[in-house]
Amino acid sequence: MTTKNLLQAIGEGLAEEMRSDETVMVLGEDVGRAGGVFRVTQGLMDEFGPFRVMDTPLAESLIAGAAIGLSVNGMRPVAEIQFADFIPPAFDQIVNEAARFHYRSNGAWSCPMTIRVPYGAVPGGALYHSQSVEAWFCNTPGLKVVAPTFPADAKGMIKSAIRDPNPVLFLEHKRTYRLIKEDVPEEDYSVPLGKARVHRGGTDLTVVSYGLMLHTALEVARKISNEYDIEVEVVEPRTLYPLDKETILDSVKKTGKLLVISEANLTGSFSGEIAAIVAREAFEWLDGPVMRLGAPDVPAAAFAKPMLDFFVPSAEKIEAAMLELARY
Amino acid sequence: MSAESENKGDGGVETREESRNGGAVATNGEHLVDLYKKMILVRTFEEACQRGFRQGKIGGYLHVYIGQEAVATGFLDAYKEGDAVITAYRDHPHALLLGSDPKNVMAELYGKGTGIVKGKGGSMHLFDVKKGLYGGYGIVGGHIPLGVGFAYAMRYQETDHICQLYLGDGAMSNGAFHEAANISGLWGKDGMNPCLFIIENNQYGMGTSVERTTAMTDLAAKFDAYGIEHEKVDGMDLEAVLEAAHRTTEQVRETGKPYVVEALTYRTAPHGAGDFFEKYRTKDEVKKWRERDPIGLLEHKLLERDELDEDKLEEIKSEMKETIQEVSKFADESEEPAMEELYSDVYSGSDEYMGEE
Repeated sequence: MTTKNLLQAIGEGLAEEMRSDETVMVLGEDVGRAGGVFRVTQGLMDEFGPFRVMDTPLAESLIAGAAIGLSVNGMRPVAEIQFADFIPPAFDQIVNEAARFHYRSNGAWSCPMTIRVPYGAVPGGALYHSQSVEAWFCNTPGLKVVAPTFPADAKGMIKSAIRDPNPVLFLEHKRTYRLIKEDVPEEDYSVPLGKARVHRGGTDLTVVSYGLMLHTALEVARKISNEYDIEVEVVEPRTLYPLDKETILDSVKKTGKLLVISEANLTGSFSGEIAAIVAREAFEWLDGPVMRLGAPDVPAAAFAKPMLDFFVPSAEKIEAAMLELARY
Repeated sequence: MSAESENKGDGGVETREESRNGGAVATNGEHLVDLYKKMILVRTFEEACQRGFRQGKIGGYLHVYIGQEAVATGFLDAYKEGDAVITAYRDHPHALLLGSDPKNVMAELYGKGTGIVKGKGGSMHLFDVKKGLYGGYGIVGGHIPLGVGFAYAMRYQETDHICQLYLGDGAMSNGAFHEAANISGLWGKDGMNPCLFIIENNQYGMGTSVERTTAMTDLAAKFDAYGIEHEKVDGMDLEAVLEAAHRTTEQVRETGKPYVVEALTYRTAPHGAGDFFEKYRTKDEVKKWRERDPIGLLEHKLLERDELDEDKLEEIKSEMKETIQEVSKFADESEEPAMEELYSDVYSGSDEYMGEE
């Protein structure tokens, strides 16, 4: 057991899968010789060679589409879209092709492919290096969308994603790549897709969050536990689609209150889906309005630092929302 | 016969007197000195950006144009008011050379309210429509179809404006490029696409060389597939760029047909300020290209022709350093943008902001 940050854990998971299964390969922009802009794929080309670790042109439609072709012909490609903001050209391939192959071929074909997607606002990222794109893909049956936050989960889930017979979008929050380190098992293990994780038990309210916001939510939950004796149960979906409703509903039925926090533009975000499920299926247990926090509905995480700081829900805003709901 | 030999010195193409190769441009020392100063402006500005980044004043992503100055300097010398200029994310020089105030450009990089887009965009997303800059774009290849659309509109509205569309070698494997080039060629048959494609071939798309992204490394020749003529120019030699720039912009203006100039250049600076250790190229390669630095080459010519002496060169550089120090100071001392700006310009027209705050 050694401590690793998120990007090291994902890199290690990738390398282990490549060692144990020679059909696993990696493709994307600068993933090979340069080791990826975030260094997740560092060392893979040296170990596995240029036929299994391929630097592609700057052409996302090609990256996703070629991965489909590879996957239906016996390979298990792990494609990297360098920034989530660059994924729209690949949207057609992912949504119209990959997600539907199994359905349209009477189950004859499936696309066991993984698409790694660094996402989320970072300082200075602005228009094209900051977006949270999960909602676009959580409306796409046939595709799985996962968003692990902690290193050990991420290593276990990249393995599950690669082994999964379906196309999996694997979201990695850029700002959490080096944020924390934790113990990550060395031995082979996997973390199942479709299972949420309860990070901290609580009785006063339930918070559902993922990515950078999960770290902030956990920090604030500890703070208000100390300062106000309010106990927040924090649930991390880990997989957004298909969603582990049961864990979320169980928690809300216990606490009677729900706050969903994500970094995406609020209107139309995936947190609305979680809110809708809880409003329908835990209605009689609710003791307060289902609340959501997200980014304001503006076209970009604007460049200037105060604007970015305002754009991403802050610890102060999260604390205020938690207190408001707890006292409701 | 290549497009290059067809077009060079072709009597059918009207060129401005001063732009003929070996003619007035080459001997018009004053003009060259003026452009030398512009290249020094760009270089000094970019170096100040790198410093600002190291000092933590500029955040996020920063891509500088060091080594490539002759390309934008030469082509934008042929810019006429009303033309559109569109480029990717290495966009500072285009703004500066079109006449955007360096103070506002730097302030944008510093994320200040006095920035050229009020601090919303940052380095990769400059915009100055009044000066003809129709944007720097951060999605590789994504801007190319837009430029082709600008060009069609210009002809439809019966103007003689053109679009100078800058694109990098890295963009040319992208689908958006091929889709746009195809229609540009088609529309050009009817004289409806005055679009000058300027390939800033600096040999690398981020960390991957042209040879490692395409089997067809003659980038200009890719346009053969779309019926668009092309040529190459030494992008390190300002005089060569200048000649090509004036001749080809006038040709495009005259004919309404697209045309391509591939400028062979090199960014001696890293890809971005946070470049991944430049593992993808050797120090020797960078050194070799630095010997052909566009500013160094031009200085050599100016000295050889007695247009300037060493003292004068130094004077120009030190004056520019002072100017840019003021520019950085302005950016540093400017106020951060007002938070209302986050919500301004979301919708056009009289619509109020309709989103959730």
